[in-house]
Amino acid sequence: MTKDGTEGEPKVPDQTLLSVNGLTKAYPGVVANNNVSFSIKPGEVHALLGENGAGKSTLVKMIYGLVRPDSGDMALNGAPYTPSEPRAARASGVAMVFQHFSLFDALSVAENIALGMENPPKQNVLSAQIREVSETYGLPLDPERLVGELSAGERQRVEIIRCLLQNPKILIMDEPTSVLTPQEVEILFETLRKLSAEGTAILYISHKLDEIRALCDSATILRLGEVVDICNPHEKTARELAEMMVGQTLHTPSRKPHKQEGVVLQVSDLSMRSATAFGTSLKDISFSVHAGEVLGIGGVAGNGQDELLAAISGETSPDAGTVTVHGTPVQHLGPNQRRKLAILTAPEERLGHAAAPDMSLIENALMTGAIRENLTNRGFLKWGAAKTFAEKIIANFDVRTPSPNNAARALSGGNLQKFVVGREILQRPDVLVVNQPTWGVDAAAAADIRQALLDLAAQGSAVIAISQDLDELMEISDNFSALNEGRLTAPRSVQGLTVDEIGLMMGGAHGMEAAHV
Amino acid sequence: MIRLEKRPVPSKLWTYLTPIAAVVATMVAGGILFAFLGKDPVEVIRIIFWDPLFHPDFSAYSRPQLLVKAGPLILIAIGLSLGFRAGIWNIGAEGQYIIGAICGAAVGLAFYPMDAWFIFPLMIIAGAIGGLLWAMIPALLKTRFGTNEILVSLMLVYVASNQLASVSQGLLRNPDGMGFPGSRNFQQYPAAYNAELIAGTGMHWGVLTAFLAVIAAYILLNRHILGFQIRLTGESPRAARFSGVRPKLLILFCMGVSGAAAGLAGIFEVSGPSGQINISFNAGYGFTAIIVAFLGRLHPVGILLAGLLLALTYIGGELAQLMLGLPAAAIQVFQGMLLFFLLAMDVFTNYRIRIGSPEAA
Repeated sequence: MTKDGTEGEPKVPDQTLLSVNGLTKAYPGVVANNNVSFSIKPGEVHALLGENGAGKSTLVKMIYGLVRPDSGDMALNGAPYTPSEPRAARASGVAMVFQHFSLFDALSVAENIALGMENPPKQNVLSAQIREVSETYGLPLDPERLVGELSAGERQRVEIIRCLLQNPKILIMDEPTSVLTPQEVEILFETLRKLSAEGTAILYISHKLDEIRALCDSATILRLGEVVDICNPHEKTARELAEMMVGQTLHTPSRKPHKQEGVVLQVSDLSMRSATAFGTSLKDISFSVHAGEVLGIGGVAGNGQDELLAAISGETSPDAGTVTVHGTPVQHLGPNQRRKLAILTAPEERLGHAAAPDMSLIENALMTGAIRENLTNRGFLKWGAAKTFAEKIIANFDVRTPSPNNAARALSGGNLQKFVVGREILQRPDVLVVNQPTWGVDAAAAADIRQALLDLAAQGSAVIAISQDLDELMEISDNFSALNEGRLTAPRSVQGLTVDEIGLMMGGAHGMEAAHV
Repeated sequence: MIRLEKRPVPSKLWTYLTPIAAVVATMVAGGILFAFLGKDPVEVIRIIFWDPLFHPDFSAYSRPQLLVKAGPLILIAIGLSLGFRAGIWNIGAEGQYIIGAICGAAVGLAFYPMDAWFIFPLMIIAGAIGGLLWAMIPALLKTRFGTNEILVSLMLVYVASNQLASVSQGLLRNPDGMGFPGSRNFQQYPAAYNAELIAGTGMHWGVLTAFLAVIAAYILLNRHILGFQIRLTGESPRAARFSGVRPKLLILFCMGVSGAAAGLAGIFEVSGPSGQINISFNAGYGFTAIIVAFLGRLHPVGILLAGLLLALTYIGGELAQLMLGLPAAAIQVFQGMLLFFLLAMDVFTNYRIRIGSPEAA
């Protein structure tokens, strides 16, 4: 294994489209990339694989001109390539689709695309171009629709078409499938294969191993900012790739045998109108969760996940329907009254919802723990007890922080997630709802969180895991259900459920009919 | 090239440094302003900041004034700071101050010339309730109809000052005043007079209340769940709702407390240093208290110090008017600059300056 990606590949220089040689980038306190080298040929689908914090984002930001390397160089078509800003990168034929979209909800598809162009043509010319590209690459999209009405998959198509209109030589895609249904993933892969066949190279960033094995010709694996291997993902198993990425043997969550007993949480005909124009209204949601059961709720983001959690946590009260816990109706109660009844939740958005960014971990422990952990005395705060509780969370859930006095926003995403989930689990919930339990968390920490959820269920709690990661839901859930435009499908046992069935429960592919005329 | 780079965590050092830096910058810019007005800038700055406390001739008169001016500023600013911490912007403390003074004074004047121990406490309670009710107008409009509390509370200041003009010429006018506007003077009505507690210090009941408010606010913010909820709401409203805060109740509480504090400041002022309700009773304490609150970093102890400093600029400004013939507006510009520089300097709390090309560092 050599660090120099060009060496050992007997290719003539002009067959290499982009070569990256010894890129190093250090930030105060951390070396994000250390002597990273690899190369891409025209038409190659190349994966960048690594955990959160492995340096994938910094690497592509350097390629896209957002960040300037400390040392090392790049060459595009044999000529030196030093983009000073994204505009220069785009002019050289490098385009990027970001994980988080930068689109305006209130503008149409064509208007959004025009905003990202240097010299946009007239709207009707542009609309025609958009239609042409979308038909050529099987990306159905109506240029006149408002972006606010589009699904996440359709929004991603807007971003992809915006890139394709520039005829890129290299397309960088950052975690593109995290917001898609399985069917939408298939559409995306067909598009990417078509592009690859036409000679466009694709740099595909992901930590989803099965996708990489299905799609990519080669993979550069990063760990702690260094290249640990460059391999052909078809020749490796998912487990081999994962262990290269993590650098250790992976622990698979195990379930203790347990039986499901009586119904703990019962939701009946719950309807709730969305408070905002672009939120999702919940419609006639009914389900029940037993003691010891893990109910997995899948679905593409923005189909009512936040709203469902808020309806159970007590942040919003439903317009119709009931929520009962052990037979007691709670739908009219606020969050603290529900906490008294042992209904606890962990929202998706860590900073700003589940935790206050600039407050210390002690204060964040107090935020939801005040009642059940008995952290106040006639309204006066027991700081000592709050600190003990925070330290208990930190110790039990392996939260890496110098001290409980550190601000929440100083923690990495994975550590804060462990803190947020741990804070609720330690309060002995009868019902726990977790939205995206392992979003942005590295593989080892994700396994720990899943294990903790399984252990909690084994002790007789009813657990609801809302996630976009289907593999995760299949691993931990007893029953599976999906949210689609604010409706929840009837839960089904995970045993024997096929990927196609799951995809249909999630609502199939938006606009798929148009794609396959 | 100069760039701003976001700090990963707000700088603790700059949090404390910005008020001092803002005072220094205000002195420099104020000095330039005074130089344009044809005055010696060093002399003006000395008259404003030094002479009121240490001049051999006037300091005996002006030193007690420091507490007299600082009392209402601190009391109002403490009330405002609770709301400001939670992102609830009561800009109308001046109006609540006026209404508190009118209500309290009206109660006192109603008992004239009776002599009883309960008159003064009743006036104080009436003053607090008057300010509280005046603040409830923007609070209820906000919680019921979602109106902007900044606009409504500010507009109500002008309503209140018209009320002041009206009662000092009508309802509360001194019957023995020979037709001049203005109420009876409480100095001549001992049962209702807010006298100095220690002669020659300027210390009256209002100043004592202000100091108690500082302590109470400190305990509330640092030791009580309600103060925690206030801070949490200011940090992140969504996290606050998740933790069980009821936002509407919190709005009513913060507006109510700030209104009551302003009303208290009003009644202590009218029954003491000012002595009577008249058209020119309000001296802008309600607005200056906003500067005090921010200059003190919304922290009770900081507000105590900032209140004393701003009180100094009031006294020093009067002195400068007297000695150098500076226009009264000049000192208001000076106070305004202080807030301006403070907010501008706050950039350094969240950003650091980098000189050089991007990414060169």
